[in-house]
Amino acid sequence: MERIYMDHAATTPMDKRVAEAMTPIFTEVFGNPSSVHAFGRLARQYLDSARRTLARSIQAREKEMIFTSGGTEADNLAIIGTAMANRDKGNHIITTMQEHHAVLDAVQYLEEQGFHVTYLPVNETGIVSVDKLKEALTDETIVVSVMYVNNETGVIQPIEAIGSLLKDHQAMFHTDAVQAFGLLDIDVNREGIDMLSASAHKINGPNGIGVLYAGDDIAMASMQFGGEQERKRRPGTENIPAAVGFKRALELAMEYKLVRNDVYEQYKQTFLEALANHNIRYYVNGDAEQTVPSIVNISFPGTNVETLLTNFDLDGVAASSGSACTAGSVEPSHVLAAMFGRGDERITNSIRFSFGAFNTIDNVSEAADRVAEIIKRLTNERRQET
Amino acid sequence: MKRNEDTRVVVGMSGGVDSSVAALLLKEQGYDVVGIFMKNWDDTDDNGVCTATEDFDDVVRVCNQLDIPYFAVNFEKEYWDNVFTYFLNEYQSGRTPNPDVMCNKEIKFKAFLNHALSLGADYLATGHYAQVRNTGSSFEMLRGADNNKDQTYFLNQLTSDVLAEVMFPLGHMTKQDVRAIAKERDLVTASKKDSTGICFIGEKNFKSFLREYLPAQPGLMKTMDGTEKGWHEGLMYYTIGQRQGLGIGGSGEPWFVLGKNLKDNILYVGQGFDNDKLYSDGLIASDVNWINNMTEKTFTCTAKFRYRQKDSGVTVTQMEDGCVRVAFHEKQRAITPGQAVVFYDGQVCLGGATIDTVLKEGETLAYVG
Repeated sequence: MERIYMDHAATTPMDKRVAEAMTPIFTEVFGNPSSVHAFGRLARQYLDSARRTLARSIQAREKEMIFTSGGTEADNLAIIGTAMANRDKGNHIITTMQEHHAVLDAVQYLEEQGFHVTYLPVNETGIVSVDKLKEALTDETIVVSVMYVNNETGVIQPIEAIGSLLKDHQAMFHTDAVQAFGLLDIDVNREGIDMLSASAHKINGPNGIGVLYAGDDIAMASMQFGGEQERKRRPGTENIPAAVGFKRALELAMEYKLVRNDVYEQYKQTFLEALANHNIRYYVNGDAEQTVPSIVNISFPGTNVETLLTNFDLDGVAASSGSACTAGSVEPSHVLAAMFGRGDERITNSIRFSFGAFNTIDNVSEAADRVAEIIKRLTNERRQET
Repeated sequence: MKRNEDTRVVVGMSGGVDSSVAALLLKEQGYDVVGIFMKNWDDTDDNGVCTATEDFDDVVRVCNQLDIPYFAVNFEKEYWDNVFTYFLNEYQSGRTPNPDVMCNKEIKFKAFLNHALSLGADYLATGHYAQVRNTGSSFEMLRGADNNKDQTYFLNQLTSDVLAEVMFPLGHMTKQDVRAIAKERDLVTASKKDSTGICFIGEKNFKSFLREYLPAQPGLMKTMDGTEKGWHEGLMYYTIGQRQGLGIGGSGEPWFVLGKNLKDNILYVGQGFDNDKLYSDGLIASDVNWINNMTEKTFTCTAKFRYRQKDSGVTVTQMEDGCVRVAFHEKQRAITPGQAVVFYDGQVCLGGATIDTVLKEGETLAYVG
């Protein structure tokens, strides 16, 4: 049985071209970029070149890019680092109920440290309201963190509107762009973004490296100590092979952006049409117009997440509920709960499928066939029981 | 008949050594083995780490050693509704419930079995020490070969239909064998301590656990003839025949719990392990389950009134209202309402019931339960 990977929002297979770009670096570019000799300078060249490519992709400047270990660290540093450094300006933070836990857990930590946090609701289509944000803003607000694209539903948030709302406010605007980076056109200046997090392994790059864009004028406290690297904001010897891989992955993403968007949209339509042809009852969660093509979140009435995911995996289809697990069991999605309310059935019967480099039209439609068979079997069993 | 490799067996894995070895044996027999961890209770230890996470981590390690897929399933709601609520209600009624029996009946061999079947499983396997025998026309449950570990007492509410879909790979083995295999195969759970007590209480203090859920009502301790002997902390904390924790000093033989008066909130105590008031000669039990249809109205067999107890001869009479009346061939000490009475014919477990009423010379012992 051929296994089919439909979980690219969790992580992606590394592009072979990325691996090829990285391979010689491990052995040949081993210098420490902080060293004052030729080996160090060579490493520094690769690092700077990667930084430049990342910066240009979002219209930022090279020195505004801070390499981190990944998206989680970038989110943590952006939120905790700026909150701590700007305490004198206020103690209020605004975020949304549907953020990734890298943001939610960070603001929760700040709450424990005495900050006041407002969690904005989202509507039933998964979009945060700019008006609600406007109402929540106070003179005390120092950080606003709203994700670019939701990782469970793929819904694109009104980033530019939020950016322009905050233009004349002291609050710094952070966006977790992990699911948008390399797929959507991002311009931090036009969109008024002060800080942005991204991660390499979501775009067919290596694990263990991410980046935080933080505007030149942002006061930020470091969360680790021990060197001058990354302008002291994130000390520690840099990971050159990973930075090179990140760069290569991003170059490929930019080069094929239009193609990928088209292809993923085809995958999504193929998948949904196949389910419809099998007469499967389903609903797509999230605003149909405002969703990235790579993610589709589907509710299957009369089923439940754990049974679905286990069956899918046993039949070789890898998907996810997009939400956190404790002790291996799937917790109800906080994102869908924010959209539909705690008691809604969709929270317990929705699956996220996310498309990417592993997929072809053929394996996507094969996956749909397998999924349909499982749904039919489960819902028939259910009907017989009652 | 299906070949083993085409037979899917879901193994309920707890992260303990028994279920680890159960999975190992099935894997070696060539079955299509799937390991599944049940999360029934949400709890954290003193360091704030979810205890289920630690156990699940062990399941992950073992399954990776065996190269079988692993998953988890959450039955917290089912467990709360069907087991924990029952557990609290029973304590509130002054009885001593057996949540393991209920967990097997409602969770492991109902909700979990259904989950396994929904995954295309042919069988559900667990690490219980019990055996299934196919007689051709039905399925019987036999005691585990390890006399000391036999767990049929806790499985008395299963039925032939359920047993048809169940495997107990450890049933013919001793605990020693199981540990030896785990050690030989270097399973990470090989020297893990056996879990003790009730899963959701774990190592915690029982009284303080119960106090979190039920209000304790302290009251008087009295002897059967009415002499006051101090105070009890709440009837639910005591079980019939218990010696520890009474705090009655003085000379003479140790003191034991003889019974409870729920209405007046009195705990009856008396001296001597063999206090006559602790002895009875019969009982009435409800929630009767026969693993296979029991047509005889009155019959003789053996019974256990608590786990690991030796069997005793009894005469069972099935009554019109669905309850059973059990007459003991020898007097029994400290029969406890809420516990299970489980019936055996030789090695075969016939079924069981929940003890409601304790009898002596035809009279109900009003102070018990």
